Amino acid sequence: MQDIIEVRGLVKRFGDFTAVDHISFSVKKGEIFAFLGPNGAGKSTTIKMLTTLLRATDGVILLDGHDPSRDPEEVRRSFGIVFQDPSLDDELTAWENMEFHGVLYGVPKPLRRARIEELMKFVELWDRKDSLVKEFSGGMKRRLEIARGLLHHPKVIFLDEPTLGLDPQTRNHMWSYLQELNRKEGITVFFTTHYMEEADRVAQRIAIVDHGRIIASGTSAELKASTGKASLEDAFLELTGKVIRDEESSATDRMRAHSKMWRGGGRR
Amino acid sequence: MKTIYILWLRQLKHYFRSRSRMIGSLGQPLLFLLALGYGLGAVFQKAGEGNYFQFLAPGVIGMSIIFTAIFSGIELIWDRQFGFLKETMVAPVSRMNIMIGRTLGGATVATMQGVVVFFLAVLFGFRPYNWFLVPIVLIAMLLVALLFTALGTAIASLLDDMQGFQLIMNFLVMPLFFLSGALFPLEGLPAVLAWLTRIDPLSYGIDSFRILLVHAGTFGLALDASVLAVVTALLLVIGSYLFSKIEI
Repeated sequence: MQDIIEVRGLVKRFGDFTAVDHISFSVKKGEIFAFLGPNGAGKSTTIKMLTTLLRATDGVILLDGHDPSRDPEEVRRSFGIVFQDPSLDDELTAWENMEFHGVLYGVPKPLRRARIEELMKFVELWDRKDSLVKEFSGGMKRRLEIARGLLHHPKVIFLDEPTLGLDPQTRNHMWSYLQELNRKEGITVFFTTHYMEEADRVAQRIAIVDHGRIIASGTSAELKASTGKASLEDAFLELTGKVIRDEESSATDRMRAHSKMWRGGGRR
Repeated sequence: MKTIYILWLRQLKHYFRSRSRMIGSLGQPLLFLLALGYGLGAVFQKAGEGNYFQFLAPGVIGMSIIFTAIFSGIELIWDRQFGFLKETMVAPVSRMNIMIGRTLGGATVATMQGVVVFFLAVLFGFRPYNWFLVPIVLIAMLLVALLFTALGTAIASLLDDMQGFQLIMNFLVMPLFFLSGALFPLEGLPAVLAWLTRIDPLSYGIDSFRILLVHAGTFGLALDASVLAVVTALLLVIGSYLFSKIEI
């Protein structure tokens, strides 16, 4: 099968700090791909580079055959995204937010209107369509963003921690819709999450990143087998946990050294 | 085209939905118009300059336009902070169109604010010398509004948060307003002040309002129009360039 996302040797530096350090991976057309890692691993930075919001320092990205740095508009046409933090216009109504998105993506009017209704009914916000978004709760905003990201039926949908703060009902509801869309229309799903059980259940392939590098990839079963763990959560901790302990101990070491110096100085 | 329209519409919806902002931003022009207009009227008359209220009204219209326009441009920082900017930045439309739509929306809002102030002035006794020229003033107002919305957007493209807002108000908007001849005639000024008023684009905007509304003015309509057109075009280009460079 064809690769819809291809990343080779991707690097992003902010001054001295290397957020993404030579990442390479590919995602096949129609795949559900999970991009996992602890906070600050470089997941969101990678997504921003894939979605033309950030320019890469080095490396190659091809999204549906187009390079985000050279051909941003073509790339933007092919994906939809649900951001980690809110990106709705609070001063517009839910319906207006959808309409705005549909117009920006050039969805023809009859189709746009039909899809807005369908999606808003699906996320159970249709009866609130004329309410201003600022009156919505966090969960409602999340649902609206997911509906909006799907409005133009993208080839790839990026979901950056889409289920954060959603109750199990909504989460299940959302995933069954995405899986159906994936089956019926062949939409590629690229998502990040901190819920390992969720990744285990829906992702066909998983990559685990830490400190800007991919440290493991494969199916959930492969990851479990290679680490000898029964659950993905344990496999994840096995792969990334050690690094966290390292950090903790070094910080403690620094603290101890510091206090020793301080007490030593006090005695003299 | 549709992109520009929907972004324009969004700015207008924001304007009509925040009534408190609309009314709040009328307080300042009204204060200037009434306190200064009536307060300095007698002195102005004695100095042989004629009716100060008639002189001041075009200046206060200019003031309400520049404040609203720059503020509309600066709104970009809000969009960045509240995340909405990302939604427009990942859409498959050119940054140029996004910038144009925003700027046109902001400029329309600022022009409407100018029109409201114009009618307020009329309510308090301002009389344009020829009502048929009022539609032409509208064009001049739109041009001034475009210029300063583009300036606001250009500045906002360089800023990450609202920390710099006070700086912009005190070191850019206020000087632009006070040095524009909105409050005093541009003739017979000390050399430095005269020079400063001539590099302030708002001077030419207010001058054109005065020519068209009260048949007075310093530079002449041809010079006013050319300066406004050139500076607006320049700022639109700079604004679009800076806007296209935004990374989130």
